[in-house]
Amino acid sequence: MQIERCKGCTDLSAQDMLRFRSVEAAFQETARSYGYDEVRTPTLEYLYLFTSAGTLTTGMLRRVYSFLDWDGWSGERVVLKPDTTIPTARLFIEQMQQQGYPARLSYVTNSFVFEESATKARERWQCGAELIGAGGDIADAELISFACDAVKRMGIDKIEVRLSHVGLLRELLASLGLNHTEQDDVLSRILDGELSALESMHAAKGQSLEALRLLLNTKGDSAAFLKNLRSLFASDIAGVQDELSSFIKTIEMVESMGLAYQIDFTCGKGFEYYTGIIFRLFAGAVNVGGGGRYDRLVETMGGTSAPAAGFGLYIDRLSALINIDHLYIPVSQRVSLSVDPSAMKVGCEVADLLRRAGLVVLMGPNGTVAHDCGWELQVKQDEPQIVLFNCATGERNNCSSAIEAVALVGLV
Amino acid sequence: MPPTADILEKARWGLDDYNDKSRLYRLKSSTRGDISAKIFQERDIPIQVAIGNYDIGICGSDWVAEYTVKYPSCNLVTVRDMGFGEGAVYAAAMPRVMENDEITTRNPAVRIAGEYPNLAHSLALKMRLRRFSIYPLWGSADAYPPENADIVLLSRKNEAEITSLGFVSLGKIVGFRACLIVNRDSLRHKDMSDVLASIDAIIPKVFPHESAGFGQFVNIGATRQCMQPRCELDADTVRLALPDGHQQSHVRKIMDAAGIQIDDYPSAYGNRRPKISLDGFFIKVIRPQDMPMQVAGGDYDLAITGRDWLIDHLHQFPGSPLMQMLDLKYGWVRIVAVVTNETPVSTTAELQQMYSAQGKSCRIAAEYVNIADHYARTNHFDSYRVVPTWGATEAFLPEDADVLIENTETGSTLVKNNLKIIDTLFESTACIIGCTHPDQSPIKAQRMAHFVQLLRGALEAS
Repeated sequence: MQIERCKGCTDLSAQDMLRFRSVEAAFQETARSYGYDEVRTPTLEYLYLFTSAGTLTTGMLRRVYSFLDWDGWSGERVVLKPDTTIPTARLFIEQMQQQGYPARLSYVTNSFVFEESATKARERWQCGAELIGAGGDIADAELISFACDAVKRMGIDKIEVRLSHVGLLRELLASLGLNHTEQDDVLSRILDGELSALESMHAAKGQSLEALRLLLNTKGDSAAFLKNLRSLFASDIAGVQDELSSFIKTIEMVESMGLAYQIDFTCGKGFEYYTGIIFRLFAGAVNVGGGGRYDRLVETMGGTSAPAAGFGLYIDRLSALINIDHLYIPVSQRVSLSVDPSAMKVGCEVADLLRRAGLVVLMGPNGTVAHDCGWELQVKQDEPQIVLFNCATGERNNCSSAIEAVALVGLV
Repeated sequence: MPPTADILEKARWGLDDYNDKSRLYRLKSSTRGDISAKIFQERDIPIQVAIGNYDIGICGSDWVAEYTVKYPSCNLVTVRDMGFGEGAVYAAAMPRVMENDEITTRNPAVRIAGEYPNLAHSLALKMRLRRFSIYPLWGSADAYPPENADIVLLSRKNEAEITSLGFVSLGKIVGFRACLIVNRDSLRHKDMSDVLASIDAIIPKVFPHESAGFGQFVNIGATRQCMQPRCELDADTVRLALPDGHQQSHVRKIMDAAGIQIDDYPSAYGNRRPKISLDGFFIKVIRPQDMPMQVAGGDYDLAITGRDWLIDHLHQFPGSPLMQMLDLKYGWVRIVAVVTNETPVSTTAELQQMYSAQGKSCRIAAEYVNIADHYARTNHFDSYRVVPTWGATEAFLPEDADVLIENTETGSTLVKNNLKIIDTLFESTACIIGCTHPDQSPIKAQRMAHFVQLLRGALEAS
């Protein structure tokens, strides 16, 4: 019987892991430079963490991996975490809330969502950051800048930011006369990509519905676009003025950072906890990450009210885009060491010295030679005890000591 | 069964043995060579058609909804409303008005019970319940509120039947009628046109059809308002679950022998809360299969069920606080592993070796899904699938399963169905199950011990 990998799950080969670690390292270096401390949350969480109103959309909740645990006789289910922001907010409430604001947290973790197609990943890795306890345009700009810097540090220079604003959409939905539950329902459907949700609101007021249609069907690339919208709708629809002005400030900051951007109100699929700005990062046509502001999440989850925002970068997608040629160890730094069993003590000393000198040593029994090595070193009981071959030239050197062998390789 | 049989007869399928009195599972057509049929429990039918074991099925569309709400991309297509068997699955609760939105903010979890766990789960998501527990039931769902469930899913003909039980209907979750379902791949690739046309020709074409999707009829606002604070009994009251169905006469006999009086049990009127002569006891009548989870979850203190269901529960939840408190020594059965007589093995070890050598996955059908899973794991089957069933399990071999985990008393039903036992997993009798907690009231603990002692005395005297 052929044993198969689970559908929608991926093995990471040695080359894949080089890419993975490279993306991870670039993110972690950037996180440290922005003052974000690394945390990790568990893979298993209670389902109710995610079912609270204002967290994940119903569409997302239908695709979580949930089950009764071995002690789940109460009927309450656990899940493989489908999202990373919510568990991080839980961790913050449990352990850090008393330590003062703001909290700058980063993580590298996996999440799980069912996908119909076996070609789509059901386990996803991402590196992300949450800024809890800081609000406003500067906090938004810090996160967008952090996300872009991390991607650039990975060697990906051409990035486009796409921005939306859930607060603005919510204000418009509220002005349509929808109650909070109905707003959640329609917003959930819009964020799940179902734009026809608007058409089902027969009783909606004309002006707000027009504004929503315009927002969802038009993309802009300047603060002027938002200013135009403000002049069209803000005077008629209460509440829109503040949200639009806040959005314009953030856009102006993004402009001052010199980032390419687009305003797209339909981004943010699947996540209901966003309250303000939402952004997604694109490298060419590839969406490599995204995030947004979720000022009510901490309070919804039982914590003290705190503004918050965060983002996640998709490691699998970024890994495919980066160049890792420089990460391979050159053949000239790889040594194949074959040791006579009676000379094992000397063999180990030689291997230790070479490794300390930064060389890769592949040790094997007498007479074996590892592939892809620039050097072959033989250690025997008899004289000459240490013999070094240059695999490229075929040159042979009898060495009187391990140090001489290391010196010959030219790296001491 | 009769309306379906009537339609199939008019369609000239020639399934002469398909009637109420027939005890056959497999049906041969006397008129058509391209039809053979099998009888299943209704809720098994969508699963069997979706996985491709059957091309066509007839069942209530409530069971189709229960399956497809969880597996929306399954290979199941409903092709025809058959026009009979009309009813609906309703969400219901006991009437009592709460503060608005209390349900979404309160703790502990909202308990939703019913025979439709997938619909219940979807309802909870749609209602955006903050925290909820789903109790999948084998039956008797109407017995649960308000003490043991906050919302219950009930299948009834109309809303009036819901209110006649004393419930408030929170809305219709799905309406249903009998329907004709087909496997999507069979529909795409297999010529079934004659068979489908024969049915189509005799079904009236136009029915008022409810086109709205899942939960569109549920009034979520009203649901929230009807939820009530958890109904708690006095801490000293022992909550005892007694079985419905054929076990009732046995339980009654033991109770009589122990000098315990129970009024209206078994009940001719479906009374689910009979009165007992012991002070400080509250009784409900529910399905024995559902008792272990209810007792472990703290909704009951004691229950009379089968050891088979206790063990099934403990295989699912090894850390469960549930324990057997008294063997009642009636209802003896063996839980056995069964294959067809044609399967060339006589032990589980041989069966495991056979499937290992063939490199095939072994399909194990059982009502006891956790016992079946435990059986496969402890016997190191390389690859296996547990096929959950809701009865008529013998019908699954050999076409739809390779092994059954089944209970048997004399083995005669197995023999009649050309089956043989290759392993006895354990023996089971009726028993009292219960939990003891360190923080349990001493009066309650004393009452529980007294009840068990009375029944033990009766058993010893007999």
